[in-house]
Formats: sequence, C-alpha cells, structure tokens
Amino acid sequence: MKSTAKMFCAALLVLLGFLLPQAAAAMTPDEALAVLGDRSSSFEQKKEAFDVIGDSKENWSQLLIESAQKGELFFDKKKHDVYAKVGDNYFKVKGGEAFSGKSRDLKRVSVNNSIRESLHLILAMRTLSDQSIPEDRRIESAHALIGNVSQEDASKLQLLRDLYITTDPDLSEMLTYVIASADLNDEDPKIRNGAMHILSGFRSPLLLQKLGDIAEHDADVSNRVYAEKQAAGLRSSQSFYSGLETVYFGISLGSVLVLAAIGLTITFGVMGVINMAHGELMMIGAYTVYVIQQCMPSYPGLALIISIPAAFCVSGLTGIIIERTVIQHLYGRPLETLLATFGISLLLQQLVRSIFTALNRNVVIPDFMSGAIKINEFFSVTYNRLYIILFCLAVFFTLRWILQHSRLGLEVRSVSQNRAMARNMGVRSGRVNALTFGLGSGIAGLAGVALSQLTNVGPNLGQNYIVDSFLVVVFGGAGNIWGTMVGGMVLGVANKVLEPMAGAMLAKIFILVGVIIFIQKRPRGLFPQHGRSVEG
Amino acid sequence: MVKISKLAVAALLSTVLGSSAALAAEDTIKIGVLHSLSGTMAISETSLKDTLLMLVDEQNKKGGVLGKKIEAVVVDPASNWPLFAEKARELIQKDKVAAIFGCWTSVSRKSVLPVVEELNGILFYPVQYEGEESSKNVFYTGAAPNQQAIPAVDYLLKQGVKRWALVGTDYVYPRTANKVLEAYLKSKGFTDKDIMISYTPFGHSDWQSIVSEIKKFGGAGEKTAVISTINGDANVPFYKELANQGVSAKDIPVIAFSVGEEELAGIDTKPLVGHLAAWNYFESVDSELNDEFIEKWHKFVKDEKRVTNDPMEATFIGFNMWVKAVEKAGTTDYSAVQDALIGISVPNLSGGIATMMPNHHITKPVLIGEIQDDGQFEIVDQTKGTVVGDAWSDYLPGSKDLISDWRKPLSCGNFNVVTGKCGGASK
Repeated sequence: MKSTAKMFCAALLVLLGFLLPQAAAAMTPDEALAVLGDRSSSFEQKKEAFDVIGDSKENWSQLLIESAQKGELFFDKKKHDVYAKVGDNYFKVKGGEAFSGKSRDLKRVSVNNSIRESLHLILAMRTLSDQSIPEDRRIESAHALIGNVSQEDASKLQLLRDLYITTDPDLSEMLTYVIASADLNDEDPKIRNGAMHILSGFRSPLLLQKLGDIAEHDADVSNRVYAEKQAAGLRSSQSFYSGLETVYFGISLGSVLVLAAIGLTITFGVMGVINMAHGELMMIGAYTVYVIQQCMPSYPGLALIISIPAAFCVSGLTGIIIERTVIQHLYGRPLETLLATFGISLLLQQLVRSIFTALNRNVVIPDFMSGAIKINEFFSVTYNRLYIILFCLAVFFTLRWILQHSRLGLEVRSVSQNRAMARNMGVRSGRVNALTFGLGSGIAGLAGVALSQLTNVGPNLGQNYIVDSFLVVVFGGAGNIWGTMVGGMVLGVANKVLEPMAGAMLAKIFILVGVIIFIQKRPRGLFPQHGRSVEG
Repeated sequence: MVKISKLAVAALLSTVLGSSAALAAEDTIKIGVLHSLSGTMAISETSLKDTLLMLVDEQNKKGGVLGKKIEAVVVDPASNWPLFAEKARELIQKDKVAAIFGCWTSVSRKSVLPVVEELNGILFYPVQYEGEESSKNVFYTGAAPNQQAIPAVDYLLKQGVKRWALVGTDYVYPRTANKVLEAYLKSKGFTDKDIMISYTPFGHSDWQSIVSEIKKFGGAGEKTAVISTINGDANVPFYKELANQGVSAKDIPVIAFSVGEEELAGIDTKPLVGHLAAWNYFESVDSELNDEFIEKWHKFVKDEKRVTNDPMEATFIGFNMWVKAVEKAGTTDYSAVQDALIGISVPNLSGGIATMMPNHHITKPVLIGEIQDDGQFEIVDQTKGTVVGDAWSDYLPGSKDLISDWRKPLSCGNFNVVTGKCGGASK
C-alpha cells in the first residue's frame, strides 16, 4: 500500500517536472515581477523572470533590467512591490510611485553571476534595437556579443542588421561579425567557411579558440586547412602582443621600484645614510592620501592630486625631524645609523597602528585611475599603471633638474663630494644635510601616493618595499639617479620576463641571485659614483 | 624501552603540571589569548583577541565558570612563528592557563603544536586550514578542506566551470589545499591542461603577469574559475589588478578561501561584485543569534563599522564549547576537559548546532557567498545541514586510509583502517 503511494508521488513529481518549463514559459511580465518581489524565489526562478521581462515590451522593463544590472533593484519585504533606486530615492518600477515606507523594509533583489551574465546579454540586445541610443554605444554592445550569441539569437540580429544597413552602416558591419561568430557553429560547412572569411582580420582570443577547434575537428578538409591558416596568423599576433604586454608590465613594475628607490638614492646614495625608515616614510605618504580623501569624500580624484604636494610635505617634514633629532648625531657611524633608523621604522609603524588601527585603510581609486585602454583584443594598457609610469618620469626629471640646476642641488652635490671643502666655501652643511634628507623623504612620500593606488594602505606597506628599494639603489650604483632609473627598469623588466616562465617565486629568487653575482663583479653598481661615498 | 620510559616521564610531568594548573588558579580561571597584535598578521588576529575579551566579559557577567571568574591572559607573539611556541610555553607553565585560544597561520599552529603536546595543554584553533593533522591537544574549530574547499568546487562544478586556475601564496596551507583540490578535480575527470597552478611570495603586490595569464587561460572559450588561497594583504592588489584588467566575476569568477569581511574592509568592492568566497559563516547570515552577536560586538568595540567574520564565529564556538566542557568535567584539568569536549554541542551563529567530533573537528554548514558592493556577502548556496570536518583528506593517496578518533580506547590521531594500526600511512 505504502509503495503504491510512493510510486504515485514519484509519478506526480515526474509529471510536475514536465509541466514546469511550460508553466514558466507562460509567465507574464506581471507574474515575473511578483517573482522578483518574493524573498523565497530561487535564483533559477529569478533568472527566468528577468528573461521574461527582458523579452517583454512593457514600458518599465528597461528601467528594471538596468537597475538590476547595477544592483539597484529592491523589493518591499512586506508588500512585495519592486522598486528601483534612482539617486537617493526609490520608485516603484511599475507605476512610478515614490517609496514612502521605512527604508529598513527594502531589501535588494539579490542576483548571482549567471543572472548578471544574462542581464548583460538582455541589455546588450535591447540596446541594439533601440535607435535612440547613440550609434557608438550600440556598436560597443554589439562588440560584446561577438562569440557570445546562440544561432537563435543571431537570427534575430539578422533583421536588425538589414534594418541598419542604410542608417548605421558601421553598426551593421559589427552585427555581421556577431552573426558570423554564431555561424561558426552552423551545421553547413559552407556557412562555417563563409563565417571564417567574414571574420578574417578580426582579432579575439575567443575566435582563436574556435578556429583551433575547427582546425582540429571540422569534417570538411578545406575548412580545416583554412582555419589552421587563420589560427596561425592569430597566434603569431597574440604572441607578439603578449611580448609587448610583458615589456609594459616590466616598465610599470620598474617605475614602482624607481619611485620607491629614488628617495633612497638621495639619502643613502648621496648622503651615505642607511635609512631603514625609508619604507615608513612611504607609508606616511600613503596615509596622507587616505586622510585627505577622508576630508573630501566626494572628490577622490581631486584629493589624490592634492595629496601629491601634501604627502611630499608631510614625509619631508618627518624626514627633517628624524635627521635633526637622530641622524645628525650619527654621521660617519653607519652601524649605529642603521640600528637607530630601524628603531624609528618600528616606532612609526606602531604610531600609525595606534592612530589608524592595524587594519588596512580603504583608499578610493578615482575613476580616471581605473580600467584600461583596449588597444586590441590581445593588448590593453591599464590606466593606473600608465599614470604611475608618467608620474615616475615626472618625479625623476624634476629631481634631476633640482640636483643639476638649483642652488640646493649645487650645495647637495658639493657636500656629498667633499664636505670639508664645501664648508670652507661657506656652505652650511648642517642645513644642507637636513634639506637633502627632507628631499629624499619627501620623494618617499610621493612614492607612497603612487603605492596607495596599487596596494594595501596599512602599517606594513613600507616593509614590503624597503628591500627592493635597497636592491635597486645598490644595483644601479649608489648616489646616481640615472643608475636608479636604469637599475629599476632593468630589474622590473627582467622580473616580468622571468615570471611567466619560472613563476613568481623563482623569478624573485633568480633576480636576487643575479644581483648578488653582479655586485660581486661590479661592487659599485651599474653607474659608479665619484665623491665622498667612494672615498669613505 | 628508553622511549617508553621517556614517554612515562613526560606523561607524569604533564599530569603534575596539569593538576598544579588547577591548584594555582584559586580565585580565577585563566585562559591564554595567543594572537598577534603586531606585525603582518595583526590585521587579521587583532579582531580575534577582541572577540575573546568580549566573550570572557560576557561569560563573567553570567557568573563565570565553575563559580569562578575567567581571566584572559593576552600575549603578543608579534607574527613571529618561533615566538608563538615560546609564548605558548609561557602561558601553560608560568600563567597556568586552562586553555589557549590562538594562532592564525598554519605555520604558527605547527610551531605551537609540539609545545601543547609536550605539556598536554589545550589549544583552540579558529581558522580554516589544510587538514592532514590531528592532535590530542588541539581542537580545530575552523574548517577542514572538506568543509570549505571541496564544497566550493562542487558549487563551481554546478555552475558549469570547466577550467581551473589555482592561485595561492607560497606556504603550507595553499600548497596542501591545492594538492587536495587537484586530486579532487582529477577524480572528476579533469586533466592537467584544465588546471593551472601558480604560487606567489607573501605580500606579493605586482599581479599584472599572473592576472594576464589567468585572462589568457580563461579566454579559451570554456567557463573558467579561479580558486584563490592567496593570503592576507596580497589579496587587495590582486583584486585591484583583476578589476583594472577588466576581469569581472561574470567572465572569470574568483572563489577565495581567505577573503572575508575583514579583508574586504580595506578595498572598494564595487568592481568585485560577484566574486565568491566559501566560509562557514558570513556577517550577512540571517539568524537571531547572529544579530545579537553583531550588536554585542559593536557595543564592545564601540565601533559600528567593525565587521564580524568566520574565524570570529569559530572563536565563539570554541570558547562556548570549552565553557560547557569545563562545566561538564567539573574541573579545568587538561585531560578531563579534553575527554569532556568530545560530543559537546553549542549553537553556531548561522542558526545551527556545532558538535565537537571524536577527531577534534566540528560540524559546520558550508556557505558560498558573492561579494556585494557594500563589502558584505550575499549567500548564493549552502549545504543542506552540516558537514563533519575530516582531518585526513579522502583524496590524497597518503591520507585516504587514515581516520582520527580520540575517544578511549582507540585514542589515535592517525589510525590506518587498512593496516589496523595507529601510526600513519602504510608505506
């Protein structure tokens, strides 16, 4: 008896399984809206609901899809109405009334990655068919669809392409590519072949993969041969651009190293002070960015630009204080200087731990620093790295100008070459030492500004860079800023060339071993300095 | 023979020490808090110290344990692994603590391990770890790989992921966890060309090449996911680089085992929305006990913005288990509490029950969460019921025959079910 009941239940379940998809297909936009307003809906149900709304012609559907994609779609926990967030207010998606209840009752309509992906596609399709949207945005949407559409969707796009052929020829061309990318999966070998011809000259990793598949598995021999030829072309262009990319990565790593090390070139190279607190001066620069951003939360970009001089001043002043209170008593005693500055570095770390806690601080990355310029499908250049390379060059040439052409630079050079003689000529060496140390420290602060955009702003920031900085200075030749520049770039590029081959760990070890061997051969680095540091 | 007598002496010594610990503490019962408050790990461990102080405070308001107040002895091992061992010794021998709550990284635990075993102490370890370990003296309230890594991979399999990039920091946890995962993926029919493995030094900050490599690996048409065992500070630049190179969660999702609410507090999470993490607790868990816990936490640290996270929940569970076990044993004697702990059940913060199993691991639900733009997680998947922590992975050849059961008479951390002997893998 019991088993019959069980069987009946099972049969019912199977039946239900057959019925469900049909029931879902019959979902109306209003029902879909109700699904979204229900807390208990599963992600699968929500995905279907979004698909239904995406296909519907309701006037609120665009708002709903857009808000959902931005994560600004909410529902009322009690009344189950769906609201979109516009600015700081919430409006009912269907009807447009403003939300009047307690904001605690609103809960975000949660989505997962697969819903996000389908929202993205829905939006791209809708954008394409909306002629009021500027053409370049529609081209962008079309571009995103290449390789991502099924043949079924592609047939819809065919209509659009024919529609746009006179009004928006560029878009129409892009759609041709989209359709061709779907046609690569067609059953008819001739259509596959045609699609490959259309797509020749088009670069994309996805296309390369598809061509590779065709070259291996296609039933048609001529297709295989043609695909292989195309794929080979793409592969060589891919490896060319990945080489270019490696060089770019190397230069950008190099410029971070140069920025971190160049202040040290002044304090260690020119003045001969082993400053273990150099990293902490960078950390202070990074925290300056954080503090200034906290003061003006709505303008993170402006705050970052203001932090450049501010960080220079704060770190520079800290440097001058360290020089006047500690280091000036220790000139000519490198071991004591090393220990004293190491103590200072611990002191400064604990100081920021006490003020800002041990947790990392969130430095906002302004919009102009995020994202990348896409040069082609195989090669793009990230903005933050690009700006840091430019920033590094600016700092470098400014410093060079100061050392070569300013009064301070002249005094610094004279003191570093022969202190006694310089004093005889009326140079106040105490003041020059303080200013030089301040300059080096200030530049460490500038490096901190750059690092705040790349890595954690926390008490340990400095420690992670101090070893690398010394490495660059020693490798480049102490006291020579050109040496630091070339040394940093060489180490950066070498690291990035080795990394893909040997892995990040081994690359670092190889570089260290390489530098040690190099220093054995040429103890004064790439560009040896003449002057006091040599005599001493 | 010499060995046996040595063992006997050690056992004798430890019982003497154990009972003296109980004698010395007349007015208060001391517990040791062994978390780094300075150095690189301070970022993660400071919160656990605060959590313990809060729990002690609260327990004392309820009358303490065995009629005595609890006193927390806080020491700072300063992210220095050998110092962990020294401080642990100091806590047990000098301060005579009834239990130690502490450690974060596996290497710190490995350094404390011989000390607690020698002195027969009790250590509660609250962080997810690589498994392949079982000690009479350590109670693991964090997740073993089968309570975090394996269910995470199962979730991604359900999402149709076909290619796997395993990226981690170069030390014991990622190395072992990746070994387990690699074996598991291969058991699911994936081959070497579907799996990419990459290790980086501690505090790695230049992720350009690795992210670009992941992009190429994932650009091959099939659904790709990154399984990240990147530790601590290195995560922030990793995620920043992902965002900058335009790798979004819908193209290549990253699932992380070491990134929680606390780590996200240091970054702008808008570009990271949709990336995943697998834990046994999220601050966003919907349960009354959790709301209460968060409220108490904010009141205790006097900061509405401080987040809660998984190791904090593990600490909460460990502390409550210890209190319950001491009450059950009626003493703080190490051996008695060790025996009493097995089988103890306390509520966890996600609305379920955590039970200490005979292998010194606990039962936990596994939650998969997606990062939201407010730095919290939205739970997208969870196991039905709880999962029992497995000390020895079933997917590694050396450990699949091992079980751990500290109940008498077996009392063995690595019993081989094939050879029927206590003492590890069959050679």
